Amino acid sequence: MASSVHFPGAVNSKFTTDLAFEQPSTHPAMPTYRVMDSDGIIVDESRKPSDISNEEILKWYKNMLTGTGPPAIVSIMDLIMFDAQRQGRLSFYMVSAGEEGIAIGSASALFPKDVIFCQYRETGVFQQRGFALSDFMNQLFANGKDNGKGRNMPVHYGSSKLNIHTISSTLATQIPQAAGAAYALKIQALQNPNMVPRIVACYFGEGAASEGDFHAALNIAATRSCPVVFICRNNGYAISTPTLEQYRGDGIASRGIGYGIDTIRVDGNDIFAVREVTKEARRMALENGGKPILIEAMSYRVSHHSTSDDSFAYRAKVEVEDWKRRDNPITRLRKWMEHQGLWDDEMEKEARSQIRKDVLKAFAQAEKEKRAPLRDMFTDVYEDLSEESKVQMKELGRLLDEYPGEYDVSEFEGGRKGLDEPAEQ
Amino acid sequence: MVASRLLRPASRLLSTHRPFISPSKSALQPAASLPTLVNARRYATPSGVKEVAVRDALNEALAEELEANDKVFVLGEEVAQYNGAYKVTKGLLDRFGDKRVIDSPITESGFCGLTVGAALAGLHPVCEFMTFNFAMQAIDQIINSAAKTHYMSGGIQPCNITFRGPNGFAAGVAAQHSQDYSSWYGSIPGLKVVAPYSSEDAKGLLKAAIRDPNPVVVLENELMYGTHFPMSEAAQRDDFVLPFGKAKIERPGKDLTIVTLSRCVGQALTAAEQMKKDYGVEAEVINLRSVKPLDVEAIVKSVKKTGHLMAVESGFPSFGVGAEILALTMEYAFDYLDAPAVRITGAEVPTPYAQGLENMSFPSEDLIAKYGAKLLRV
Ligand SMILES: Cc1ncc(C[n+]2csc(CCOP(=O)(O)OP(=O)(O)O)c2C)c(N)n1
Ligand SMILES: [Mg+2]
Repeated sequence: MASSVHFPGAVNSKFTTDLAFEQPSTHPAMPTYRVMDSDGIIVDESRKPSDISNEEILKWYKNMLTGTGPPAIVSIMDLIMFDAQRQGRLSFYMVSAGEEGIAIGSASALFPKDVIFCQYRETGVFQQRGFALSDFMNQLFANGKDNGKGRNMPVHYGSSKLNIHTISSTLATQIPQAAGAAYALKIQALQNPNMVPRIVACYFGEGAASEGDFHAALNIAATRSCPVVFICRNNGYAISTPTLEQYRGDGIASRGIGYGIDTIRVDGNDIFAVREVTKEARRMALENGGKPILIEAMSYRVSHHSTSDDSFAYRAKVEVEDWKRRDNPITRLRKWMEHQGLWDDEMEKEARSQIRKDVLKAFAQAEKEKRAPLRDMFTDVYEDLSEESKVQMKELGRLLDEYPGEYDVSEFEGGRKGLDEPAEQ
Repeated sequence: MVASRLLRPASRLLSTHRPFISPSKSALQPAASLPTLVNARRYATPSGVKEVAVRDALNEALAEELEANDKVFVLGEEVAQYNGAYKVTKGLLDRFGDKRVIDSPITESGFCGLTVGAALAGLHPVCEFMTFNFAMQAIDQIINSAAKTHYMSGGIQPCNITFRGPNGFAAGVAAQHSQDYSSWYGSIPGLKVVAPYSSEDAKGLLKAAIRDPNPVVVLENELMYGTHFPMSEAAQRDDFVLPFGKAKIERPGKDLTIVTLSRCVGQALTAAEQMKKDYGVEAEVINLRSVKPLDVEAIVKSVKKTGHLMAVESGFPSFGVGAEILALTMEYAFDYLDAPAVRITGAEVPTPYAQGLENMSFPSEDLIAKYGAKLLRV
């Protein structure tokens, strides 16, 4: 029967005499998966989270509180750091209020060995994986204990120990890179069948999804069957650009279908749903040798874009206040915990005051730390020091030795010695 | 035109006594009115002079060109509703509407490609990048399409487009946000490249860029947007344009020629004053204004007078604007040099975030003065 086309570019297409263009408007919007409503009530008892201990949930909650706290009080770390930037103690900071559910929910479903790429508004991912308050603070103050040796802008965290690639300022570049990293894991698993298989999780905003890199990434990941879970945080804004101007289709999720990628949309304010969806996505991504999965997690960017932004120039304050009041990932989980008798006002007060103390302590400590050793001025431009750099280092050493009174190097780790080759480990 | 000037031996170049004529008359509409304007600017009475921020001068240039020619439109991320990431397009949406001042989704390759396409179809787009660092997402459109299509189509397809936005390092934004692209674009045949320093530069060069029938890259400087400069009466008028390929002597001097561009011009001027105070020497500071075409005549003329050349720029040292200036000086003015020419550039390192290191990664006033003194052996 010749009812099928068999053109190589669309093998499953059937012939038709109906002249009809597909109209996006006639397709229903993709549904948004949720488990718990904004009052913290489980909407479908059969979907009740059963594989998570209460202890684990309390940890999520505290992580969310630390990263950014409930709307009424704004954040704990975020608030403190936002103020620090205003006082000129930091050049820049970005908060993630409203998106803690996505970050912590998804990260809780990943394995520690999974590889992660972030955009910049995923503080919760770092926290959930064990990035300590001191790690955050050391990076923010660019001191000698910072993993990045103080070379990057604030919030550009990275950790090889936690398998999280260092954040890059240029939007969307991490998305095709994530496909590549996933491809590497796939090959590694093929060569080494005894290894526990791993995936890559890649976070990005709906604004970044307009960049060419997003489209290239989805296509290459699909055609190369890379075990990568793309997690789009759709928070309604890209700095001042609202989603209305960002795209005309059904969000980011609809694009996954076009690339032949299994896709789901999830309520990002429902931490249980985000976790469950990510867990399933992870399982699927490893099926049959690997494939990409796309998750679009919906939320609202409660905060300003960054410390350089005043969002009330382009959105009404009431819109933000409404969102804060109506729905919020932290409040939702808190309500659920209260329904379960796991949490009360007293515990909330206690947790907040403890977190505040911890944050301020880490802050004060990081501000006091010495700066990176002098040697780090020259290292890492290349894998090995260039000949020119070696000469310059030597010359600097000579100057420091000859004029010790002219240069105060005490605030750098190791002082003058910090310029010398570290002893071989 | 400039190519032919560059290919002429220096001696002949210098023996021509005709007054300098703008190398790109097509850039100037009306071309005839320009010399008077330039003169008028020089002789403006202080009474009509106004202090104007670079940002406002750029804004004025855009508004005037949008007003004058309905083929002109502005497109970029956050240029309309938000008035631009650095507020350069402030008020333009209200004044010209959303058909002329257009917000783009976050896709440099998309909106840059769109503006290039519109230019190939005959419009005169102004494509704003939040910073030229992000233009790398779209650099193929600029270099392979905008710069080359006029030539490769046999001259059929026009490409009257202006790419603009902040270039170079800012403050505490680390390596991926701190690059200077002068030499990148300056090396591409088919592009014109300008780098304004003052408010007059900003207005005159941007207007010329929009009017020029070729693709022009306008490299602004984020650190200069808020700086105020006096603007002459002539420069305040809506017919004020500056010619490409014509440098400006910002400070005359007889002992040392400092050739520089963009923000470094201001630093060189400060350094020149310091050198005068400390050593009693007079440095001549040449503001290139235009990277491509480049005013080699002005450099040669000055070196003939001073015998010493120093290039100052904030790009990386290798294959940079400084390297080009030194090479040209060697080719066309070698015999007039009393000492080897020197360059001061950004450091050979991805720009560090740390403020102290960032400061040391770029030329400073003090460094310029010290190098000047060393070069002059004073
Ligand atoms: C290539 C590039 N273009 C522009 C920018 C400037 N920029 C930084 S963040 C941002 C908005 C991104 O929005 P989105 O992806 O939705 O993430 P969100 O901030 O909402 O979390 C823009 C335009 C950039 N960093 N890189
Ligand atoms: Mg967004």
